[in-house]
Parts: sequence; structure tokens; C-alpha cells
Amino acid sequence: MKQFGYVRAGSVAEAVRIAGEEPDARFLGGGTNLVDLMKLGVATPRLLVDVSRLPLDRIEELPDGGLRIGATVRNSVLAADPAVRDRYPVLSQALLSGASGQLRNTATTGGNLLQRTRCAYFQDAAKPCNKRAPGTGCPAREGAHRDLAVLGHSEHCVATQPSDMAVALAALDATVHLHGPDGERSVPATDFHRLPGDRPEQDTEIRRGELITAVELPPARPGGNSRYRKARDRASFAFALVSVAAVLDVHEGAVRHAALAYGGLAHRPWRARAAEAVLHGASATEDTFARAADAELAAARPLRENGFKVALARNLTVGVLAGLAGSAARA
Amino acid sequence: MPPAPHPLSAPLLRREGREKVTGAARYAAEHTPPGCAYAWPVPAIVARGRITAVDTADALALPGVLAVLTHENAPRLAALEDPTLAVLQNDRVPHRGWYVALAVADSLETARAAAEAVRVAYDTAGYDVRLTAGHPGLYTPEEVNGGYPAVRERGDFDAAFAAAPVTVDATYTVPPLHNHPMEPHASTARWYDGHLTVHDTSQGSTRVRDDLAALFTLGKDEVTVVSEHVGGGFGCKGTPRPQVVLAAMAARFTGRPVKLVLPRRQMAAVVGHRAPTLQRVRLGAGTDGLITALAHEVATHTSTITEFTEQAAVPARIMYRSPHSRTTHRVVPLDIPTPSWMRAPGEAPGMYALESAVDELAVALGRDPVELRIRNEPETEPDSGRSFSSRHLTACLQAGAERFGWLPRDPRPALRREGDLLLGTGVAASTYPVYLAPATAEAHAAADGSYRIRINATDIGTGARTVLAQVAAAALGAPEDRVRIEIGDSDLPPAVLAGGSMGTGSWGWAVHKAATALVARLRAHQGPLPAQGIGTTADTGQETAAPSPYSRHAFGAQFAEVQVDTVTGEVRVRRLLGVFAAGRILNSRTARSQFIGGMTMGLGMALTEGSGLDPAFGDFTECDLASYHVPASADVPAVEAHWLDEDDPHLNPMGSKGIGEIGIVGTAAAVANAVWHATGVRLRDLPLTPDKVLPRLPVRPH
Repeated sequence: MKQFGYVRAGSVAEAVRIAGEEPDARFLGGGTNLVDLMKLGVATPRLLVDVSRLPLDRIEELPDGGLRIGATVRNSVLAADPAVRDRYPVLSQALLSGASGQLRNTATTGGNLLQRTRCAYFQDAAKPCNKRAPGTGCPAREGAHRDLAVLGHSEHCVATQPSDMAVALAALDATVHLHGPDGERSVPATDFHRLPGDRPEQDTEIRRGELITAVELPPARPGGNSRYRKARDRASFAFALVSVAAVLDVHEGAVRHAALAYGGLAHRPWRARAAEAVLHGASATEDTFARAADAELAAARPLRENGFKVALARNLTVGVLAGLAGSAARA
Repeated sequence: MPPAPHPLSAPLLRREGREKVTGAARYAAEHTPPGCAYAWPVPAIVARGRITAVDTADALALPGVLAVLTHENAPRLAALEDPTLAVLQNDRVPHRGWYVALAVADSLETARAAAEAVRVAYDTAGYDVRLTAGHPGLYTPEEVNGGYPAVRERGDFDAAFAAAPVTVDATYTVPPLHNHPMEPHASTARWYDGHLTVHDTSQGSTRVRDDLAALFTLGKDEVTVVSEHVGGGFGCKGTPRPQVVLAAMAARFTGRPVKLVLPRRQMAAVVGHRAPTLQRVRLGAGTDGLITALAHEVATHTSTITEFTEQAAVPARIMYRSPHSRTTHRVVPLDIPTPSWMRAPGEAPGMYALESAVDELAVALGRDPVELRIRNEPETEPDSGRSFSSRHLTACLQAGAERFGWLPRDPRPALRREGDLLLGTGVAASTYPVYLAPATAEAHAAADGSYRIRINATDIGTGARTVLAQVAAAALGAPEDRVRIEIGDSDLPPAVLAGGSMGTGSWGWAVHKAATALVARLRAHQGPLPAQGIGTTADTGQETAAPSPYSRHAFGAQFAEVQVDTVTGEVRVRRLLGVFAAGRILNSRTARSQFIGGMTMGLGMALTEGSGLDPAFGDFTECDLASYHVPASADVPAVEAHWLDEDDPHLNPMGSKGIGEIGIVGTAAAVANAVWHATGVRLRDLPLTPDKVLPRLPVRPH
């Protein structure tokens, strides 16, 4: 039997210390993904450090008007928070589009950021996968990959990052706060997840022993409107084929600010800088939105079966931005 | 006989409902005899080959491991007709996922660790898992599932099709599908004094008992199989599956009771699937809308170890009046898991193709698809010329159209817009045959005025206990709550499985016969009943053996309204409405659940469900319920099921046809036809997921 230890940490410092002493330790939040992966034999930690009851379950107003979200805040609590719903609707919508009610009640903010790809090969311990077993190869490139990446993939990995919440956080320019053996640091949400390159086993920039303690949202832009839209195989409880998180501020017909991130296209939430460059200062028309999408998606390198994602991302971009521009015009 | 206090068709509550919702009902895996050991199977990780060596040393060295069974040491089994049950008997690996070993240990965790520690070496060979229309291995089998001939020809199809002024020629594909009942396949087996007792999740434990007796060369009286509660089957528990054989083997080998629950991820490879079908349908019609030529040609796959041919062209033999007809099946053995029954085998995929083609014909003719179907209703069964015992398809179509608000309908596609959404409606017909099989029932009257019915029926979630109580109560003229029902145990009088939509009709007939005989005996009895009561036994072997002079089928009509998102290609169903004519409905509550459940499964077939065979490894890609998308609640909006009061004297004493399967038949076509009406795009490759829909939609202006 695979033995593993379990310890409930009493404080952040204790959690980090315990995890630092055991190379194969993993932090346990809601367990909605980690426990599955342990059952599948994909994750084989020797020690689980339960951080789900640490006092990181608050959503706090920051002096600058931002919001600090504790790492153990449950997805359903975060989605329902009045400040989030009011000022960061894209985040609330992203959370509610993910998983099921039961899972959202359990999953934590920190854990959500760290959930792993649902690539079928990654989840089957009997098959090669560079992400799970570096150097064994990537069968997805030739095999089943309809759901996988069209942007930023490498010869080693074509996996996609599955979190909806992470896509919204990337568009919101959130910051991820970490506490590790070497102290505290923070990483922009846009840089938190990596591209696979030649180290697909490393999903994020998190270092060994580091614990996510909070996610911080900068103040919502006055006049900015935001939305999350997700296309999927069934109406609920399915991962994104493609999703779009968008923040748009239109003033007198021109785009004053735009932030755009895609889910389902890449190994990380794909912040669409090229699209944003087209949008900034341009007139808020569907033509502009389409040009912006095209600018971003020109880099797409679809595989045999997932070319539809490019057109889907383009359509979603135009649809979401036009919707935001329209509602701004009506307001 | 006095009028029954609870007439048939009353919406009685499920008898075991409280037990189920409180968790008191125990399923096969929830029986844990003292000393119970646990088993975990080892699946092959090659798609084709031979086992050259099995190293069990590491597994056996784990504390708590009792045994590792392989083809080298497993008990020998007698040969049976079903080769999927010949587990651990030789070194051959016919497909990836085939079981090559079984670990048995004191605990589930240890069994699993031992299974993972078993080292198997293989001699691998090239494999082929890809069904194509031009596959050189396709051949015409002698018969297809259900015992139907593979090929039927009437008239001269080629000439009639060539002469027809209006024609449709289209090919439709249905991918492999999986039943995935909520309860996985599970068995708990124990041997005591030479007697084998198994708690098994099965749709019919009489057959499981018989097969286990044959495999282990025992008398039938030396085996007991109990299937008291079953968490769904949909066909994949219709006959014994490997888990029950493995559990019995392991229990014999170790001398301990053994429990085996198949992990969900292994199920796709070992308990059956609906075979994929490539279906070419050709229809020729006159400008008057009468179909003159009909061809339905099916290509499908089977495994290399047994032939199972999905009978998808069979429903075309009874549906429409066409003087010229050709219906054929070809099948190719591939290195894949063995396909089997899934809810309405044949009818579900076949009627998707046929009813889609009829819709295409209606478009080509410029006729309303409801009207076109009614126009082509046959007087007698086209294939055989036999009279229908009852056929109310026209009435179903008319009643459905009325309830659904089918008319007024602009038949032109791609006209109804709501923002980014395109809306459309579609219709399709449903049909399912009436099967009946022999059963034996006992009816007993106790001295205290209560009754007991014993029959090895199975309740797989349908309400079988409840409806049999209603049948018995009606025949006895007794209150339903005075009737106890004993089912789900092979020591009870034998009966057919819950499958082929024939359970209630077959069991009910035997129950009715036994109860009626009991009433006669009670009437003849003088004075108080003896202390042990009075009992009767009846079997319907004779009645069900006599071939009916009638063509007997249930029919229905399904209507769908869909929305297609032009931004994403997402198709969602807004409304489904079915009207069925299935004889007398015996319990309106449980029947409605069956119809709605079938329609929901059909919705999944249309929009979300599919299993891909991975060319890289030869196995099914979707092996869990996160990737095999059964409809979620949000996918299932207003679903309405209605039925006609159909009086058919040529069925059984209750006058009932089966209802377990017809609900899934036609749904996918109604949905796909509605997608055409919404978009003007004819999609012929299920399921209609955004990757297939979006590229076919007209390019958006931006």
C-alpha cells in the first residue's frame, strides 16, 4: 500500500517548516484535484500538510481599494462575495463556470491555482507523459488532443491549464502571494503559470516548499466592465474548450483600457498582450475586436484536431468585447 | 373478481425508495462477509499480443497479499459461449485493458498496491482499432444482435432508387458509447461447503447463476446469485461480466470471501460498449411524398474474440411503407474491447440515421416532416407483411405536434434568431420491439390474509418491485400493501433479465398467471386457510414460446427545440417532448421516469457523449465521468413524456409493451434535425460538440 503521512498545520510558518523538511510533501487544500491524482497514482506525496484550516479564509478590503483573498477561501464563497460580484464580476463568473457546486464548496483559492491539466495521458499512469514522468514523451501530440493547447506549446507538452479562476486573475492583474522557506514574495498572476518548454513537469513558478497565502486584486478600474465567457461540451461541469476573461473600459467610443486572457488555449492562462496593443486607443468596434483577436491568434499552432479553438477564441473575443462595449454604451 | 383497489397505471411510489434514499438498501459491494478479502484486477497495457512472463514476486511479498491469479495459476473454467468470461485462461491479449492478473489481499489498498506491483511482459503485435467504411476486413455476418438476418432485400432497390425523382443519400456516424451506470460492476463471492454465493450487480441473476455453474462445473443448485438492488445497467449488466467470474475464482483460490469492484477507469474496456456505426441511408420518393426506395447499410466493429453486430438497420424494416428496400450489416473484428448491449441496441443508432434521412427527405420534398411520416405509414409490417398488433405512430406524431406547438412552423432553416442564438425545432419517430421471455412465479396466500409473490425479477432502478405488486394486487383483487414481493435472488423461481424492455411484460405475465391461479384455488377452498397458507406456481414457457402472428412494437414521436450559439457552436436543447404508444402503462410515475431517462440519454447521444479509440494506444480515451460527458442537470431542460392509452390484446395479460428503451430512440435525430432547422447545416456525425458544429456554421461577419 502507498503510505503517506498527514499533518494539519497550525500556522503558515509551521506549514512551510514541515513541508520544507520533507521533499515529497504536498500542501492539501480542498483536495478536489490532489486526492484524485493520488487515487490515480499520478501524485504520490509522502506527506500531506493540510493547510485548509489555516486562518487564510478572509476576503479583506485593502486601503488602495483592492481586495486580498486568503488562500483557503472556498471557491463558492469567493464567487458569492458582494465586493467580488460588484467590482470583479469576471472573477465571480469564472468561478461559477467551473466544476460543480459541491466541488466549489470545497475547492480553495490556492488549490484552484495549482490544479493540474486534465490531459488524458497525464492522468493515466500507465502511459508516457513528460509532465508526469519527464523524458517519457508526449503521446498527445499524435493522439487525443482535441482539448489541448494551440498556443505556447512545445514538442514536450501540449497540455492546457484547466482553471477558470486563474484566467480571470490573469486578466485582472492579480498578484499571488507566496510564503516559503526563504520568506515571502509575490508573483504576478500572469507570470505564475509557465509555458511547458522543456520542463513541462513544472506548471508554475512556485518554488519547492512555497505556500500560496493570498491572491491580491488591484483596485477595479472605474468605468471598467468585465466578463468571463466559457465555451464547453456541456452546459455545466466541463472544462473550457476556450474561455475568455475580459476587462474593458471604453470612453467616448474608444478603448481606454483593455485586459484580455484566454483559457483552454495554452499551458497557462494566456494574457493577450498583442490583442490589447491593438485595442488600446482604438475605436470600440467589432472590427477592432476582430483585429485584436487576429493579432493574438496569429501565433496559434493548432494540432490535427483542435484547429476549431482558433475560430472559437476569435468569436468569443469579439462577442465578449462587443458585449462589454455595448453595455458600457448603454450605461 | 372485485375491482382492484389499486388499478394498474396508478402512480405508486417505489417500494424501496426509502431504503435507497436513506442508504439502507445494500448493493453488491456493500455486503462484507466475515473474513472478506479484496481483489484488484491488472489490465493489459498493450493492444494486442501475448503474455510472455508474469512476475508476481514483488506483489506476493507485500504484507497482506493472499494471492495473485494469472493465466498460469487461475482455476480452469469450462468453455462458455461468451469468451469475455474466459478470464485468466490463456496468454492471449485481445485488446488493451483485457485482464491479465488479479491481486487478492486483506484490504482494498493492499490489493491495489499488489496489482500495481505485478510485472507482465508481453510479446506485442501490430493492432488495428480503426473502423472505416472501406475497411478490407468488413464482412456480412450470418445474423446480427437479436438474431435478425444481416441482410434483407425486398423488390428492386437499385432500380427504384435510380428512378425516384427525389432522393437522399447520406452517411451518418455514431461513435462508440458507454453505458456507465452509476453503480460500477461489483461482486462479492464466497464459497461455503461447496456452495457458491455471490452478491452481484446484474440485470438478471438467473443467467449469472447458470453461467457460473457452467464455468465452475457445478450444479445450478450449488450456486446462488443475489442482485437485490442494482444501480443502473442500461445493458452493460445484462449478462455476467468478468468481475463476477474473477470474484468467484479468487474466492475459490483463497478460500476467503472476495469482493471485487471494478474501478470506473477500467470499465470502458471490460463491460461492453455500444459499437460505433457508419450508416449510409438512401431514400427515394415520388413528388407525392411516397417513399419508393429505402436502403440502410451499416458498417460496425466487433472484437477479435466474439462477434457482436449492432443491428442498426433492423428498425428500417418496420418503419416505412416502401416497396423496394435493402437493409444490410457488415462488421469488422478489430483489436478492441468487445461491444455489447447499450440501451436500445440497434434502434438507438439506427433510428438516428433513418430519422435524420427522413428529415432530409422532407426538406428535399418541401413537405412537413410530421406529415411525411404519416403519409408513409405502412398498413402492415413492410418486412414481413404481418399485421401490427397495434401501431399508433400517427397518433403519437399528431398528439406530440399538438402538445409541442409544432405548427405553425416555417420550414426554412436559419431564420429564427435571438441575439447570437439560432433556434430550431425537429421531430423524429421512435420504435422498439416487444420481446417476451418465459418466467416462473409463485403466489402464496397466508392465513393472515397477506400474499407473497416470488420471482427472480431484477429491479435495476426501474420500479420492478412496485409494478409487480400492482400486477399481483390487480390479479388477486387485494390491496397492494398486502402483497409482498421477493425478487433479485437466483434461488427464486427463474426469470429473464431486466433487458430488451421485456422485464415487466415477462415477469408480470408469470405473476399474473400465478396470482390468477391462486385466486381460483382460494375460491375453491373451504374454511380457513391452513397454517402454512396456500401457494401456486406458474410458468409462461408455453405462452411465450408460441410465435405471435403479429408484428409487435411500441412507437413514439419525439420533438425537440434547440438553440445553437453562433459564437461558440454550442448546441443546447431547450425542450424535449415525447409521446409514446406502448400498450398499457402500468405505473405512471415509474414509467415517466423511464421515458424521461431514456430521452435524456438520447440527448447525451446527440450532444455530449462519445468514446474515442486512441490510435496511439488502442484504448478508449474517455475513461472517467469527467471526460465521458453524460448530460448534466443544466443540459436537461424541460423534458416531457406523454403516452396514449393503447389497448393491445395481443401482448400479455396486462396489455403492456416495454418502456425501458424506447425513450432513447429517435431523440438524437429529433435534436439533430432541430439543429438543421436552426442553422441550415446538416451535421451527420454525433455528438454535436462545438469542435464539429462551429467550423460548419456560416462565418460570422467579424
